[in-house]
Amino acid sequence: MIANVPEYSFYAMGGVIGVLVVATIIQFLLPLKNPDKDYSELRQRITSWWWIIGLLFIFLAVGGNAAIVFFAFISFLALKEFISIVPTRQADRNVVFWAYLSIPFQYYWVAIGWYGMFIIFIPVYMFLLFPMRMVLKGETEGFIKAAGILHWSVMLTVFSVSHVAYLLVLPVKNELAGGVGLVLFLLFMTQFNDVSQYVWGKLFGKHKIIPKVSPNKTWEGFLGGLLTITLVAGFVAPYLTPLTQMQGFIAGILISASGFFGDVVISSVKRDLHIKDSGNLLPGHGGILDRMDSLIYTSPLFFHYIYYLHY
Amino acid sequence: MNRILKVTFVLLIVRPLALLLLGLNIRNRNKLPLKGPAIIAANHNSHLDTMVLFSLYPLSKVHKLRPIAAADYFLSNRFLAWFSLNVIGIIPISRTGASKKDDIFSDCHQALDQGDILILFPEGTRGEPERTSRLKKGIYYLVKDRNDVQIVPVVTHGLGRALPRGEALFVPFNCDVVIGDALTPVSSSSELINLLSTSYTNLLGNCLTYNKLD
Repeated sequence: MIANVPEYSFYAMGGVIGVLVVATIIQFLLPLKNPDKDYSELRQRITSWWWIIGLLFIFLAVGGNAAIVFFAFISFLALKEFISIVPTRQADRNVVFWAYLSIPFQYYWVAIGWYGMFIIFIPVYMFLLFPMRMVLKGETEGFIKAAGILHWSVMLTVFSVSHVAYLLVLPVKNELAGGVGLVLFLLFMTQFNDVSQYVWGKLFGKHKIIPKVSPNKTWEGFLGGLLTITLVAGFVAPYLTPLTQMQGFIAGILISASGFFGDVVISSVKRDLHIKDSGNLLPGHGGILDRMDSLIYTSPLFFHYIYYLHY
Repeated sequence: MNRILKVTFVLLIVRPLALLLLGLNIRNRNKLPLKGPAIIAANHNSHLDTMVLFSLYPLSKVHKLRPIAAADYFLSNRFLAWFSLNVIGIIPISRTGASKKDDIFSDCHQALDQGDILILFPEGTRGEPERTSRLKKGIYYLVKDRNDVQIVPVVTHGLGRALPRGEALFVPFNCDVVIGDALTPVSSSSELINLLSTSYTNLLGNCLTYNKLD
């Protein structure tokens, strides 16, 4: 343990901060090389990364309930952003309030490690409860759409995201990494996948996958990212997770492929609403959903993958 | 004294509310007038409109912000009147139309003369949530004899969902605040109203929370 964080997780955090330091130095050097180009968006992006990583690492290092409350707050911001861009009926203000109330409950189940409740609370109880509340209000015009939108929002932003927090309360199987190791592995692979798919696509991108949804997504980018993440995940997994190297390779495939779909699902939502960003909480990135889109898909899938193999 | 009250209110209540419970998508923040005399002409859906505008200003400037508010509503009871006048710093105005135009505006002119930034809601009422009502002409009569005042249109969207008229339950929603270009000088009230409503329609198009399907 170093500063309350298990050894390997501590080094992983150090590595991430190292990458961020290098990126910051490059960002200072670039304008000197090309004084005419505008690097303000890159600068904003990196500054936002410092905030995200800084807050995340502080709460992970403090650990315990503080880290769980941190993820609950992320869910709150994400749900708020989602529910604000989709159409909602004025009559549903009450039930939207209930949707917010599901957050403290869901994360309480996480905090006390009640797996059975954690896994059914939103898919079963909230699924039944929201329409009940809506019926009592009595507005039938647009009922189907409203019920569907609301439950989907909570599934994406609360149920999915809470799986990241549950990784922290699983019994520790890798003493040198701890629960923090699992979270770092998932978050790092998910974000690094976004970056590598982007870079591979920029370098070799030719054949578009789904031009109607996301014109910049290419087979070359997707496959390049898949290969990169599979390899990196295989080599990192034995250090940060209970997974073997072989299982790590498969975790990489899972995270890379599902991360891609998380990204394009949220892109489709934005296309449908004719907006480019979901908010502007994170300058240079857009809203919180723009940053977490892949994570919405990777977190439950990665969770159940290791849960099946090791718990 | 009142200035301290207002700064404290903005720092401890308004800003945390705007940042955490609401969350703002701000467009063209640089177009906000930081110096008076100026008028912010905003659409009106909620009491939160004023709070959101307050949250956009540096603390050193908030005492310059003076919302023009209906006397019959905001001075209706003793506590609300004290709060509106001393903490928010409203300029009360009569909606009954009994008094003469010059008298109605005398407090506004005085505030503009000392370089204040007035917040005015040309709809005159919060009305139906998230719908813009017909704009009133008062704003034209306020500025027609002055050439030192710039009128800056501002559109907010989403606040009528967070806290609409007649509801006590606050529900968190992200909201848009879009600031427009200062209006060009006009020669008639209908011209001003046209300019303003065109500007509102354009600004509304920049809102992330405004659904074109509605």
